[in-house]
Amino acid sequence: MDITGIVAQLVFGLVAVLTLVAGFLTVTFRNVFHAGLALVGTFFGVAAIYLMLEAEFLAVVQVLIYIGAIAVLILFAIMLTRGLMQSETSNINKQWAWAALAIATLFLGMFLIILQVPWVHSGGAVYLDITPFLGTQLLTTYLLPFEVVSVLLLAALVGAFIIARE
Amino acid sequence: MTLHIPLVYYLIVAAALFCIGLFGALARKNAIAVLMGIELMLNAVNINLVAFWRYGSPNPVSNQAGIVFALFVITLAAAEAAVGLALVIAVYRSRDTVNVEEIDLLKW
Repeated sequence: MDITGIVAQLVFGLVAVLTLVAGFLTVTFRNVFHAGLALVGTFFGVAAIYLMLEAEFLAVVQVLIYIGAIAVLILFAIMLTRGLMQSETSNINKQWAWAALAIATLFLGMFLIILQVPWVHSGGAVYLDITPFLGTQLLTTYLLPFEVVSVLLLAALVGAFIIARE
Repeated sequence: MTLHIPLVYYLIVAAALFCIGLFGALARKNAIAVLMGIELMLNAVNINLVAFWRYGSPNPVSNQAGIVFALFVITLAAAEAAVGLALVIAVYRSRDTVNVEEIDLLKW
C-alpha cells in the first residue's frame, strides 16, 4: 500500500475514534449540558466522515444545520428545563442493563452481517465540483419530495411554536 | 483518497454509532437526552446513505440519490427536534419535570 493509503486510513481511524468516543460520552455524561456539548463533538466527527466520503456540500450542511441549529436548540431546551441537570441520582433508568444486552446482541449481529456480505466497490471517480449537479437534480428529478419536505418543515415549525407557547 | 478505505469500515462505524444512540434513547431518564440519542441514530443512518452513494454508484456525479436522501433526513431531523423539544418544554411547564419515568399520565 502506498503512503496515501496509509495516511487516509490513519485519518479515518482518528476521526472514527473521536466520533464514537464523543457519542459514547453523549449517552453517559451525568450532566445533560455536558452531554449536549459532547453531541456537538459527535456532529463535527460525522461532518469529517462526510468530507472523507467526498460529500463536501453535505459536510457544510451538517455543520450549519446540526451544529448551528439543532445542537443550539437542544442546549437552549436544556437550559430552560433545569430539572435533572445537577441531580445526584443516576441519569440512567433501571432497565439499562437489559437495554445494553439487547444492543450488544444487535451490534454483534450487524457486525457479522457486514463482514459476510460481499460488498461491491464500483464507486467511480469524483474529480470535479459536484454541488451544481446536486442542485440540478434536487430541482428536477427530486422536485416533488423537495417541495413536500419544505411544506412539512414549515408545518413542523408552526406546530412547535404553537405547542411551546403559553 | 476515498477508495483507500474499505466500505466495511464506514458501515461498522455507522453501526456502532447507531447502537450508542439506541442505548441513549432506551436507557436515559431525561427526555432531552432521549432526543439526543435519536439524533445520533439519524446521523449513523446518514453515514450509511452517503457511503453507499460513494461506493455503490457507478457514476456518483450524475446520480446523487444518496446525498439527496441524506439531505431529506437532515431536514426531517430538524423538524423532529423542533417539535420534540417544544413538547418537552410544554410538559415541563405543566408537570415540572423532564424525567420520562415520571411522565406516566397515560400509563395506567
